[in-house]
Amino acid sequence: MAPVLLLWLAVCLSGAWAVDRGNFKTCDQSAFCKRQRALKPAESPYRALLETMELTNTKLTLQLINDNNKVRLLLELYRLQGNMTRVKINELKPLKPRYEVPDVLIREPPTEPLSLLSQDENGVVLSLGAESQRVIVSARPFRLDIMEGREVVMSLNSRGLLAFEHLRMRKDTFSYKVTSTVASVWDNIKRVFTSQTEPEVEKNEEADPANQAETAKDEDKAVDGMWEETFKSHSDSKPNGPSAVSLDFSLPGVEHVYGIPEHADDLRLKTTDNGDPYRLYNLDVFQYELYNPMALYGAVPVMLAHNTHRTTGIFWLNAAETWVDISSNTAGKTVFGKMLDYVQGSSETPQTDVRWISESGIIDVFIMLGPTPTDVFAQYASLTGTQSFPPLASLGYHQCRWNYNDQEDVRSVDAGFDEHDIPYDFIWLDIEHTDGKRYFTWDPHKFATPKEMLQGLKDKKRKMVAIVDPHIKVDSNYKIHNEIRSRDFYVKNKDGGDYEGWCWPGNAGYPDFTRADMRDWWASMFAYDQYEGTMDNLHTWNDMNEPSVFNGPEVTMHKDAMHGDWEHRDVHNIYGLYVHRATAEGLIQRSGGTERPFVLTRAFFAGSQRYGAVWTGDNAAEWDHLKISIPMCLSLGLVGISFCGADVGGFFKSPGAELLVRWYQTGAYQPFFRAHAHMDTARREPWLFGPENTALIREAVRQRYTLLPYWYQLFYQAHRTGYPVMRPLWVEYPQDPATFAVDNEFLIGKDLLVHPVTEEGARGVTAFLPGKHEVWFDVHTFQKHNGAQNLYIPVTMSSIPVFQRGGSIIPRKLRVRRSSLCMEDDPYTLYVALNVQRTAEGELYIDDGHTFNYEKKEFIHRRLSFINNSLSSVNLAPDAQFTTASWIERIVILGASKPSKVIVKTTDGQESPVEFEFDASMSVLTLRKPGMNAGEDWTVTLQ
Amino acid sequence: MMCIQSLLLMLLCVGVFSVEVQRPRGVPSWKRQFYEEGKPFTCLDGSRTIPFDRVNDDYCDCKDGSDEPGTAACPNGSFYCTNAGFRSTFIPSSRINDGVCDCCDTTDEYNSGAACQNTCREMGQKEREVMEKMAEIAKEGFHLKQQLIQEAKKSLEEKKTKMTDVQVNKKDLEEKVEALRTVKEAAEQPEKEAKERHLKAWEDNKALIRMEKDKARMAEVFLELDDNDDGFVSVAELLSHAEFDSDSDGTFTEEEAQGILGGVEKVDTLGFESIWNNVKERYVSETATDAAAPAEMPQEEIREPVPDNDSEHYPDDDIPEDEDEDDEDDEDDDPDDDYKTPPTTQTQEPKDDVDEGPMPPYDEETQLLIDSAQKARDEFDEAERALREVDDQIKNLEKEISFDFGPGLEFAYLYSQCYELTTSEYIYRLCPFNRVSQKPKYGGSETNLGTWGKWAGPEGDVYSAMKYEHGTGCWQGPNRSTTVKLTCGKETVVTSTSEPSRCEYLMEFTSPAACQEPSNSVSEHEHQEL
Repeated sequence: MAPVLLLWLAVCLSGAWAVDRGNFKTCDQSAFCKRQRALKPAESPYRALLETMELTNTKLTLQLINDNNKVRLLLELYRLQGNMTRVKINELKPLKPRYEVPDVLIREPPTEPLSLLSQDENGVVLSLGAESQRVIVSARPFRLDIMEGREVVMSLNSRGLLAFEHLRMRKDTFSYKVTSTVASVWDNIKRVFTSQTEPEVEKNEEADPANQAETAKDEDKAVDGMWEETFKSHSDSKPNGPSAVSLDFSLPGVEHVYGIPEHADDLRLKTTDNGDPYRLYNLDVFQYELYNPMALYGAVPVMLAHNTHRTTGIFWLNAAETWVDISSNTAGKTVFGKMLDYVQGSSETPQTDVRWISESGIIDVFIMLGPTPTDVFAQYASLTGTQSFPPLASLGYHQCRWNYNDQEDVRSVDAGFDEHDIPYDFIWLDIEHTDGKRYFTWDPHKFATPKEMLQGLKDKKRKMVAIVDPHIKVDSNYKIHNEIRSRDFYVKNKDGGDYEGWCWPGNAGYPDFTRADMRDWWASMFAYDQYEGTMDNLHTWNDMNEPSVFNGPEVTMHKDAMHGDWEHRDVHNIYGLYVHRATAEGLIQRSGGTERPFVLTRAFFAGSQRYGAVWTGDNAAEWDHLKISIPMCLSLGLVGISFCGADVGGFFKSPGAELLVRWYQTGAYQPFFRAHAHMDTARREPWLFGPENTALIREAVRQRYTLLPYWYQLFYQAHRTGYPVMRPLWVEYPQDPATFAVDNEFLIGKDLLVHPVTEEGARGVTAFLPGKHEVWFDVHTFQKHNGAQNLYIPVTMSSIPVFQRGGSIIPRKLRVRRSSLCMEDDPYTLYVALNVQRTAEGELYIDDGHTFNYEKKEFIHRRLSFINNSLSSVNLAPDAQFTTASWIERIVILGASKPSKVIVKTTDGQESPVEFEFDASMSVLTLRKPGMNAGEDWTVTLQ
Repeated sequence: MMCIQSLLLMLLCVGVFSVEVQRPRGVPSWKRQFYEEGKPFTCLDGSRTIPFDRVNDDYCDCKDGSDEPGTAACPNGSFYCTNAGFRSTFIPSSRINDGVCDCCDTTDEYNSGAACQNTCREMGQKEREVMEKMAEIAKEGFHLKQQLIQEAKKSLEEKKTKMTDVQVNKKDLEEKVEALRTVKEAAEQPEKEAKERHLKAWEDNKALIRMEKDKARMAEVFLELDDNDDGFVSVAELLSHAEFDSDSDGTFTEEEAQGILGGVEKVDTLGFESIWNNVKERYVSETATDAAAPAEMPQEEIREPVPDNDSEHYPDDDIPEDEDEDDEDDEDDDPDDDYKTPPTTQTQEPKDDVDEGPMPPYDEETQLLIDSAQKARDEFDEAERALREVDDQIKNLEKEISFDFGPGLEFAYLYSQCYELTTSEYIYRLCPFNRVSQKPKYGGSETNLGTWGKWAGPEGDVYSAMKYEHGTGCWQGPNRSTTVKLTCGKETVVTSTSEPSRCEYLMEFTSPAACQEPSNSVSEHEHQEL
């Protein structure tokens, strides 16, 4: 969805086709970032006061003092279950409470006892339990080192960049007057000001550190932007003054860091020494640029660090504007240079240094110590929860456009899919479906009978998504607005009135989603009797929830707007999560708690995975945007958000047929598979590009549908464990440095390798097949390839290079029908790809596809394993109960030899022969119609 | 579970088979011969032969899907719905037992639990009604079309005749124009000479007056400059007049002043006369600031009195060729060209006129010459205009005669007509072969949705659609364009408009001219099987 207003702005201001960078701040233009970044590594002014140390069963507390200003901080150190350490730093006695982000952790993380190993005047050593892991607290200067054996895993404040801007009184001095006048007078007054001596501070020193701070000499100098800040025409009143926090982390032995989405950048994070830090600040960026650290729609402050023997993670729990600096002592060195270092033995250990800067709140860091990638995923999941388990249908294909004009349009697009025999599950309605951008309503002319329309879709076992954005039209004839106003649920401006901004409907209010009572009310609005014209096959899309405010600073809300006692500054990055959450809860509640919701969001934060899907926002119909969809979704998957996709075809501009086809082919193998288009682009339903392209698109979508059982099982796994569905290669091959920076191909689960064609006019691609001992089977030709090689694959327009790992079993449903629900009872074909040991393993998960009954153990989960020429299905969840009509219609064994006889044995002990065919040229054995029910125990033996 | 199911399935099949004798499910009667009960079945593509019990056994054996006409086992199979009472049809076999009723006779959902109703009779009935109605319309429409064709042919003949007439007319006119041109030129020569004489006399007179004025001013300036009234203008007296600073460097030196005085210390009135031309351009009076600038208007004077009627003043073409794009969106189009202020240098002119007086009227003799020349001019212009009109007429006739109005010219009647459709927001206007436009119902300017481009129907049916292109541009999008779909109807009406894609409009338009000769067998493609 594109802000039309901004569209105009962009035309007026630039005319060029790209983001208007001037609308968004650089670090230099963000006062706290500039201030903090001006601090260079040096000896830290902070000192640990060991005498204040308290060690209880659950945590260690300790005061820190800043020797420059005598402000005291309180350090809390926790050892958390699952090999994590939590470091929390706040002011010992803040003038007023500082924001601590609620509702992100799924519970108070359970702790494990810390034990004191040694202590002297220089510091203390604490044990982190097994594996000789310890944390060393050094007193002067203060720093933390996490060690394993003799190896430093991670150091905090080792570069002395811990900074904590304590809250202070605004003094009625020159600086006060200065900040209370309009900024344009500033220069004028500055001249006077610089000639003045610093106004004298109070003489009476008190024990209270907040006041002690007033005595500080250098810290209190009125740096520009501490008490007020302007950007373009917007002014931020900053009544609480400076409040930034910052901390550095050193990662010895690490050269690869990942995560901190959302950025349109490579998978492997770059060093930021020569530019801006990566920025985390949820923003509605019009026509975003690729390969830069600018903030986008969502923010997950989680970074993963990886080397050949360890993976760790840093979770910086702070919802304010955040910047992340990355530097490395090996960056810029060529491979040859590194080799030279190695040969000469002169090399220092490679090291990556990271620094986090946030505008307000506290320091609350979770250090996830791995050591494997899956350990880190599990650790992060134990903190913020896992991917919600999506309804099966939402893994199918989604057809969206801004906008499908009316019910007739919807009907004819729906009919088009049948006519061209292309499956789809969801058709989407963007903002134009509403009555004047009043969400929860329908345009009375274009969508006069929404239930009829929904029933028409339901009759075909299809569904719909309608958009509900969080900006509410200020209109006294609009029920939603009136109710929010009467309950006083709107975000307030700095003067206490309802905050109003400009968005799609014109003047709009923004409900305060940080309030639980507001969210409850919002959720209740999705009830069928509240949200008129809706049925159970209507799901929801939350857009513009950064929140987008067309006339606000950086197209978002003013930081001095108020959410109860908290400033928008404190909560900005979590606002979108709350919108998503309240909406998802609404959909659950309307079903009486039985149905899994499907809600797509554009803005997100740590924990958003619990509420649904995310897409990469308003991309463009360009080849580079197709390419970037891979690292963008990989980065999200690494930090828990598996249900990710990019607008197929590109949102802005019109794709040519080749780009569109390639995008379908790529999107078909990405978790969230939705085509979407801007209103100003030409129609692009799959059949509008000639019969050949229609056929290519149909084939790509059909491949998606055949694999739905595998996708569904992976989402179940993601829901259970937090493992990403779409994975970078290094996650499965963590010891192979050749995989560490690969982001033009990816794994689905661990068994499918996808190298989509993303180059215009490509005649071939070079896919890297990982794993020294692996073999990979081309899923289309069944040709076998060895691992650990770069494989050149000639491609045509129909090619989607996909490989199944030898050693895996993937279930498919080959009877592709018009929607996923139509395929519910269809039989499975099992693809058994043998490895060099002639074994293979896989899983099969089945449930009703749409309710929460799986939580009540109503599902089938089976392990399929092939060993010693025998394939068997074993129950992984003996206490679960579910029946399915689906059966096994075919088993395809890749890399097999020809048996003389095949016998199937079912639970009742019956044995019967199975017919088979053997293709000697490709070593493919196909078992014909073995016929077992997919939920039962059985064994198939090759003799 | 599975066994029970397949058992049920088999029972079901048997049941069905007993009714539909010897025809496997999903096979049309004309393919029955390939499925012979009990005999091995050969895939219809000939790729392999399988035992008959593998036909419709819910497993795909043939690459072409022909062994599973009645199950969903083959990805490329198709199922035949008999649809007794309605049209029989094939559906993709993926729609068998998918829970959605596709065949109106319900035969596709034999094992899905979907509660389908047999609606074939109703649908057949409805379809027949529709077809009958359409046939009736087609019949009447086609009749009208024949009339249109007759009329168009007649009209074409008329136009061709008219063309011949007009061409003769044109020749006459051309001759007349030439003759009048000679007359005009003959009358203009003496006129010109007389006017020049008159003008010259006046010019001389004016020069005299100007010289007197100049002298008077010189005297005046001399007196002003000669501050001490000693009868000389000295360097010192000049120095107070910074406007003489010849190098404009801000300081007016004595040397510079001396330079102006012709290299001497001071000049008397005589000397002043010789330097006057240097002085007068720059001198600024001490008393009045409105010292008249020197007259500089000879050209102006010539133009003014001569009412030279130039033929160029005629409007170029009165054909509104393309009422240019109303440019609401395209910004590049109107930089301030339109608002450029006209040059403003005419302030002194009126004053001079008053000073020297208007040109005196022509004497009687000259006036007579002028009048007769004017008459000759008028007659010539009149003839030329008539010729141009005839040219236009010819152009229009040529266009109409050569225009593609369909194989029988049946669309000719739409030429220069317009048809409107009013929706809730807009009034759409289709002027066939010219343009399509849209105007807000409640005020606002008209938007061009495209001008005539071409016939745009599919091959073999090219007259079923029109394309109008190059309408008003869209931001970041194409220029607006409209496709007009023509369908057969008794009346000529715009029935609907839509904008399926941004700035690409679709208009439905009925016309008898779009009617095809009705085939006499309505039920031809109604493959009824009972």
